[in-house]
Amino acid sequence: MMRDARGAWTGCERVMDTLFGAVLNPLRHLGALAFLFFWLIALSGVYLYAVLDTSVEGAWRSVDDLSRNQWWFGGLLRSLHRYAADAFVLVAGLHLLREWLFGHYRGFRRYSWLTGVPLLLFALICGIGGFWLKWDQLGQFSATATAELLDWLPIFGSPFTRNFLVAEAVSDRLFSLFVFVHIGASLLLLFLAWFHVQRISHAQMLPPKRLAAGSTATLLALALLVPVMSQAPADLSVVQSAIAIDWLLLAVHPLMYATSPGWVWALSTGALLLLFSLPFTTRAARPAVARVDAAHCNGCRQCFDDCPYAAITMQPHPDGRPGKEIALVHADLCAGCGICTGACPPSTPFRSVEPLTTGIDMPQAPISVLRGRLETRLAALRGDRRIVVFGCDHGARVGTMESADVVAFSLLCTGMLPPSFVEYAMRCGATGVLVTGCAEGGCEFRLGNRWTGERLLGLRQPRLRARVPRERLRVVWAGRGDERSLRDALDALRDLPAPAMAGATGRPRRRVR
Amino acid sequence: MSRVYSWIGQVVLYAAFAAVIGVFTRWPAYQHLPPDHALVKLSFIHHGQRLQECRQLSPDELAKLPPNMRAPMSCPRERSPILVEVDIDGVRVLRRSAQPAGLSHDGAASVYQRIEVPAGTHRFDVRLRDSARTGGFDFERSEVLELKPAQILVIDFNAEKGGITLQ
Repeated sequence: MMRDARGAWTGCERVMDTLFGAVLNPLRHLGALAFLFFWLIALSGVYLYAVLDTSVEGAWRSVDDLSRNQWWFGGLLRSLHRYAADAFVLVAGLHLLREWLFGHYRGFRRYSWLTGVPLLLFALICGIGGFWLKWDQLGQFSATATAELLDWLPIFGSPFTRNFLVAEAVSDRLFSLFVFVHIGASLLLLFLAWFHVQRISHAQMLPPKRLAAGSTATLLALALLVPVMSQAPADLSVVQSAIAIDWLLLAVHPLMYATSPGWVWALSTGALLLLFSLPFTTRAARPAVARVDAAHCNGCRQCFDDCPYAAITMQPHPDGRPGKEIALVHADLCAGCGICTGACPPSTPFRSVEPLTTGIDMPQAPISVLRGRLETRLAALRGDRRIVVFGCDHGARVGTMESADVVAFSLLCTGMLPPSFVEYAMRCGATGVLVTGCAEGGCEFRLGNRWTGERLLGLRQPRLRARVPRERLRVVWAGRGDERSLRDALDALRDLPAPAMAGATGRPRRRVR
Repeated sequence: MSRVYSWIGQVVLYAAFAAVIGVFTRWPAYQHLPPDHALVKLSFIHHGQRLQECRQLSPDELAKLPPNMRAPMSCPRERSPILVEVDIDGVRVLRRSAQPAGLSHDGAASVYQRIEVPAGTHRFDVRLRDSARTGGFDFERSEVLELKPAQILVIDFNAEKGGITLQ
């Protein structure tokens, strides 16, 4: 069932890829979209707070006045505030679902999962608290229902529900509490969100500009076309028989009246415990972590900069030279992706040191083995076309591309590939090189595609040298199931005229270390 | 896919996103109370009577106490639970006992209950026992009231207003 759900999700992502392009696909930026919606809520909320009259008599009037007499600004901001809150809950829920479906709650991702789950809870608390402030009949309904829910807990001396029994019971001070809940929970949410992204480096705090603009414009258009209006002022002597409620934020209230407060507490507590316990209930085989070789690490900090999970820190080098540093891998944070190996300057196959050793390497897939296999397998190819495919274990299956003129290597992550291997493959007789990885924007280890692309374009260290013929290099980002894109790229490489050196295979001369 | 189709697809998806939010922020309406019904909210927060009366300590009992604790009167703090009964048109709709709050059971006991009733004229009989007696009630109130659809009737206890109130 999980497999089917994952397949369905991947199918949706592919459809969105075709419409938005992989870079702008909203399903690949759900977390960043949630941040965008949070900032929209915060910015519009500042103005709303400035004009809100926090009194029983003035609350409804001050908010309603915005929609009726200042619809072009205050009313627009009010509607944006509400719709952005709904959008936040929607995308945060989808973000949680996606990470769960793809098992992104184990091992090195545990911290992000555990700090991410409560965010949704805080978002709901903020959202529900916001309805009380405008003090219309929906606010009255929500405040009363929340009080009934809280009163089920045997920890409060005086029942909250008594604050909403009769009109005289509602005081101006109660609105200070409402403001405290609404803004306090928002600040807590922001604080927790900061923790949530602490263990990932280069965190994407906002979606790409075009996606951000499209999402904001959509909410603004909705706010203009269907503005949020207050219901009738709260009146504690009557109850609304049928009430238009915001199901995205207030669904807990109908659930409580359909069941009982105890049932809602049991359900929500159980769901939270289940989500919190997920990282501890399933054990995945822990990948071997990166290993630093002190003799070859020169402290250049490139692995430190490129690690997607901030698993590397720098410390003084054991050789004692002043100012020299060495990378230190924190095993519990290391994803075992090998991106650090791809970033390490000594990870070049042109080095003559035997066995090939680099500053930081993956024990389960050392680059010396990759170089050896590349030389051996390339030498075994016959014909005037010899193509090398470098892919990853999470993207399109590169193994299925192998044929009489193609050899394929599936790496832990494409980001593990030092660019010099592309040049080395061509020097070994490859007439073309295809580099592939997860679908664009969907790298399993977040930054593998990005770093590889930048390194091959010469925008990031270590760079692919300028003399490498670019027409013989293809870069195709293709997710699992999208092997057709690889075949098309291979056909294009086969169609290239054979280079003058075609037919020459063997090990190129290595640089003496 | 051509650029035009891609743009159309994006617009459709953005519109679908807006539609999901626009629709589910107001539809479907939640039927909180059946039509032509009123709501009775019973909410009592009340200190029951003390379970034991204050009594004068004997000289022997006082002598056993440390000098700084020799108060002549002993007043046990524990209070009685309260028992609430509500009959509507002669039919028992609620009978609930509530314990006093606090570790020493010396706080107020509270009861809260929502009761949906058809709109119209009804007879309400409300009874409250807040003492250790085993039979009868300490407070009773009977009233015939006409409730309009969607009206909220609050049944409360206010000692200053003579006990049980219906408003």
